[in-house]
Amino acid sequence: MATRGIDFGYGFLTQESSFDVQFSLIEYSGSDSYARAYLVGLLNTLLVSILGIIFCTILGVIVGIARLSPNYLIRTTAAWYVEFFRNIPLLLQIFFWYYAALRALPLPQEADPMLGSFYLTIKGFYTPSLVWINLDIFIYSVIAAIVAIVFVRLYAKKLRENQGKHIPVLNISITILFILPLLTFFIGGVNVTYELPVLKQLAKTSFIFEGGLSIPPELLSLVIALSLYTATFIAECVRAGIEGISKGQREAAASIGLNRKQILNLIIMPQALRIIIPPATNQYLNLTKNSSLAAAIAYPDLVLVFAGTALMQTGKAIEIVSITMLTYLTLSLLISLLMNWYNARIAIVEK
Amino acid sequence: MFKNIKKILSLLAVASLVFVYSCDQMAGKKNQKKGASKTVDATKKSGFVKCGVSQGLPGFSNADASGNWTGVDVDICRAVAAAVLGDADKVKYTPLSAKERFTALTSGEIDVLSRNTTWTLSRDADIGLTFVGVNFYDGQGFMVRKNSGINSVDDFQNGISACTNIGTTTELNMRDFFNSRNISYEPVAFEKADEVVAAYDAGRCDTYTTDKSGLAAQRTKMSNPDEHMVLPETISKEPLGPVVRQGDSVWEDIVRWSLNVMIEAEEYGIDSQNADMMKSSDNPAIKRLVGAEGELGAAFGLDNEWSLRIIKQVGNYGESYKRNIADTGILPDRGPNELWTKGGILYVPPAR
Repeated sequence: MATRGIDFGYGFLTQESSFDVQFSLIEYSGSDSYARAYLVGLLNTLLVSILGIIFCTILGVIVGIARLSPNYLIRTTAAWYVEFFRNIPLLLQIFFWYYAALRALPLPQEADPMLGSFYLTIKGFYTPSLVWINLDIFIYSVIAAIVAIVFVRLYAKKLRENQGKHIPVLNISITILFILPLLTFFIGGVNVTYELPVLKQLAKTSFIFEGGLSIPPELLSLVIALSLYTATFIAECVRAGIEGISKGQREAAASIGLNRKQILNLIIMPQALRIIIPPATNQYLNLTKNSSLAAAIAYPDLVLVFAGTALMQTGKAIEIVSITMLTYLTLSLLISLLMNWYNARIAIVEK
Repeated sequence: MFKNIKKILSLLAVASLVFVYSCDQMAGKKNQKKGASKTVDATKKSGFVKCGVSQGLPGFSNADASGNWTGVDVDICRAVAAAVLGDADKVKYTPLSAKERFTALTSGEIDVLSRNTTWTLSRDADIGLTFVGVNFYDGQGFMVRKNSGINSVDDFQNGISACTNIGTTTELNMRDFFNSRNISYEPVAFEKADEVVAAYDAGRCDTYTTDKSGLAAQRTKMSNPDEHMVLPETISKEPLGPVVRQGDSVWEDIVRWSLNVMIEAEEYGIDSQNADMMKSSDNPAIKRLVGAEGELGAAFGLDNEWSLRIIKQVGNYGESYKRNIADTGILPDRGPNELWTKGGILYVPPAR
């Protein structure tokens, strides 16, 4: 390295970054340090990964179950969806959702409102935002509701094991989750108003929306592409998991008088999850790592902000790439750890 | 489990020892005899100049359908090849993104970076690079849609979105510019120039900002070039020029003077057509440039006709500009890139 005239050191992290980032979850401007730019990129990566994991799981489970549906139409549609999205390279899909789908969207001034004041435009998705008064009390009430639900579940389990009685836990939980926070509006002094996005003219033919919440199209297309792509793999994991449970289990459950829903929830799923979780963990890891393709469509994730702009401005290639690699390694290990813990929890306890 | 971790750790320790040792070895070879150049030797051995260029910027470095590179930046690579190897075609081009370019040079993947790169203090001093000169004086500008009603940068308002490339001085200049005017803006930064153009063309951004020569060149790629225009203001100085790695002063001199010879040849009216006839000129400065007098090449360890080969095979700066930038309609007017004797700012030290 000395021959090439490269000097090594991490001192640059405290220097002023002097570049701006399009979209950030924390307060950031170019007068902040490179370390903060790193944090901005990391949070953006986490945001897109978490959103992607949530959506791909929901969609994946639905499609996975749909593939086993007795209904021909549902089964075939799900199969076509899986085969189509699974076999096209992810980068192409991201390009499609960003360039092709974006081009079809209207300019802000031509956008028609959806449901009153949601606008989907080429410059982003604009929604009304909520303005809270006494938000902290509201959050406490939600936490209280969750604690209450845990107790209800424990009680229900005891009741089932001791007396064989069933109480509708799910319905009670949902009721608590709604009623408790709702009460704070009447007694806690919590109030919420909303702010609508308003069209603003910048120049003769150039408009944007101001106010409300704006979601950049880069984030939107990335989450759509990642979720649709990874959901196909999750769906296959779910299908494999369910098909891995022998037919005898279902028949035995039916013979003791459980209905279809009970069979799926009490017999099939608890066993299937053991088969589903390990390969699904791989898919979550893939999704997180694939989110680095964001750089291609200007979504300011870790790779674009830190391993892109920051690397360029400082020239500290070895330092920055090593930090970025370590970060992805840590993220992946954390996800594995979490999923392994969950897997151990749901594993069959051998007696 | 723990046994494995121990194994991995000891493996890592061995690997890092090997790495440190090889670094030491490389450092030891640095002390070499004067006048010799490792890069020149390696270039002569491999038979071509390893040159880093852009991924496609018309007028500067752009490959045609059959893979032939042309442009004023490409001509620098060709000039170096003509001087060192005797044949301007003996160049191996490596297309690089803005992000990759400096790493490619410092790591030794290329030996000359001729890729519309702005000369700045931090790049020159920090990254282990040396800028050898300026082959194009540029400045950052803005492109907007003609029907947008924006006719100058004074019409920009809060909330404007600007598309650009990451890893360029553009990104920093843009911030300085908008901050000094107290305008809030949305930077949308892409990795490749083609992606920036596509996004701006689709209407994602209100303006596209980069070097003005780049704007002029990229405008030709738009779906409808006539709908767009470049605003008159220039918000920064962008002296573009070739870069070499720090630490090989002979190689650095060869690249620097390959560029200077092209500019000086234009000043003395020597071009690719009349170069041989100029050998019998009365002017000693001209005779030196075409190798008929003096020993100019000896200082670099080159023969005396190195500069003649550059002029004959590549042409002088004016020919290169005309062929690549003026005749292709990118920037017909030479502006500051005219010789100092004709009102421009091209002024190079004398070759003597």
